[in-house]
Amino acid sequence: MIKRAAALLSLLLLGLVFLRLVVDYAPHTALNPISEHYVAAGPDELGAANIVTAVLVTYRGLDTLGEVAVFFISAAGVGLLLRRRERDMGKTTTHRPASELVGTAVHFLLPLIFLLGAYIFINGHLTPGGGFQGGAVLASGIMLRLLADPHARLRHRTVHLLESSAGFGYVLVGVLGLALAGGFLDNRFLDLGTFGELFSAGAMPIIYVLIGVKVGTELGAVLERMKE
Amino acid sequence: MILLLIGAALCAGIVASALLAVHLGNTVSAAISAGMASLFAAITYVVLAAPDVAMTEAAIGSGLTTVIFLYAIRRTSEPPEQ
Amino acid sequence: MSQLINATSLPFVVLAAGFLVILIGLWGMLTRRNIIQIIIGFSLTDTGVHMLMVAVGYLNGRTAPILDAAVDRASAASVVVDPIPSALVLTAIVIGLGITALMLSYAIQIHKKNGSLSIDDCSELKG
Repeated sequence: MIKRAAALLSLLLLGLVFLRLVVDYAPHTALNPISEHYVAAGPDELGAANIVTAVLVTYRGLDTLGEVAVFFISAAGVGLLLRRRERDMGKTTTHRPASELVGTAVHFLLPLIFLLGAYIFINGHLTPGGGFQGGAVLASGIMLRLLADPHARLRHRTVHLLESSAGFGYVLVGVLGLALAGGFLDNRFLDLGTFGELFSAGAMPIIYVLIGVKVGTELGAVLERMKE
Repeated sequence: MILLLIGAALCAGIVASALLAVHLGNTVSAAISAGMASLFAAITYVVLAAPDVAMTEAAIGSGLTTVIFLYAIRRTSEPPEQ
Repeated sequence: MSQLINATSLPFVVLAAGFLVILIGLWGMLTRRNIIQIIIGFSLTDTGVHMLMVAVGYLNGRTAPILDAAVDRASAASVVVDPIPSALVLTAIVIGLGITALMLSYAIQIHKKNGSLSIDDCSELKG
């Protein structure tokens, strides 16, 4: 009882601090100078129509590299904690088979879901979307496969190969930008092309495709590890 | 004005789902209620003119997080292996 | 009077809701005994923080920062919202999922070792 009252009191004090922040909040009326530069100079310098993608992949590309590294560490942690030990190798839990609706629909839906995910991250520089969203859709497709067939296993060698090569390719493209263009993860070492086409914005589609594949396969591996 | 009403209704939905998620006793219901809060948040992001964030929140927050919670609940409700 | 006008704008409402969800998530983390319900509270706090960041980046009456037929390049800086908070929240959502997965793996291992999911039974560090 005392613990609950103490928790309530501390949350009330925190709420008072938040109230002060909310009452004094005045929405901005114009973009601040950095955002204005990104919006005004982004399409001309980088050739991308989606400014959020331009910020994420080139202007703040180092933060995205850090994010990919943190996600890799957490996926490795999940793999370490839930690894199959030697004495558990022989046990198999009995699974109920999935219903016929799911089992039949997965044959039809799975290629469409993978195609949608690939479309989202290939067109990341033109429409809303990008690597993270497309990767999440890919992982949802993998999850559907795991739900439909309880005894399915991911092919570990393929998944590991895809994931490592995508991560390695991402750093390689960054170093290519350093060697051939302005700096690390600069996308101008390929031709910028015409604005609004699929093959435009230099190396930005390549980076986003690599991020999408890496995040998708990593999430799928985490899901399969947590299932059993 | 209409945008403000829609936004206010969605935010009321988010807060109500969050309250449900911390007060329900059944863990499965609490996990699904947290997923519902994420879904309302994804629609709010569309109203706030951030479509990339809306897609990410809908796919990851409301889909994959709920599934990971349900997998973890299933693995911890079987009798522990000795 | 200006505070009343500000109070009826959209980012203000989402800001207040975001702070409320953070407090609700913290309450869930402090008062629940089941480990998985504590992790649900953490996930709610994370959602609240993301709502906060996206609400701060919104400017009244503007549209999404994507240049297409509706928004042309010349006048883009006066009709789009701030693109930087969107990019930061994108990264934060994915990392939030990674952290939640790691915490749930720890919960599974604790259950395997202790036999129950209540944090009152985790007593190795108690004196």
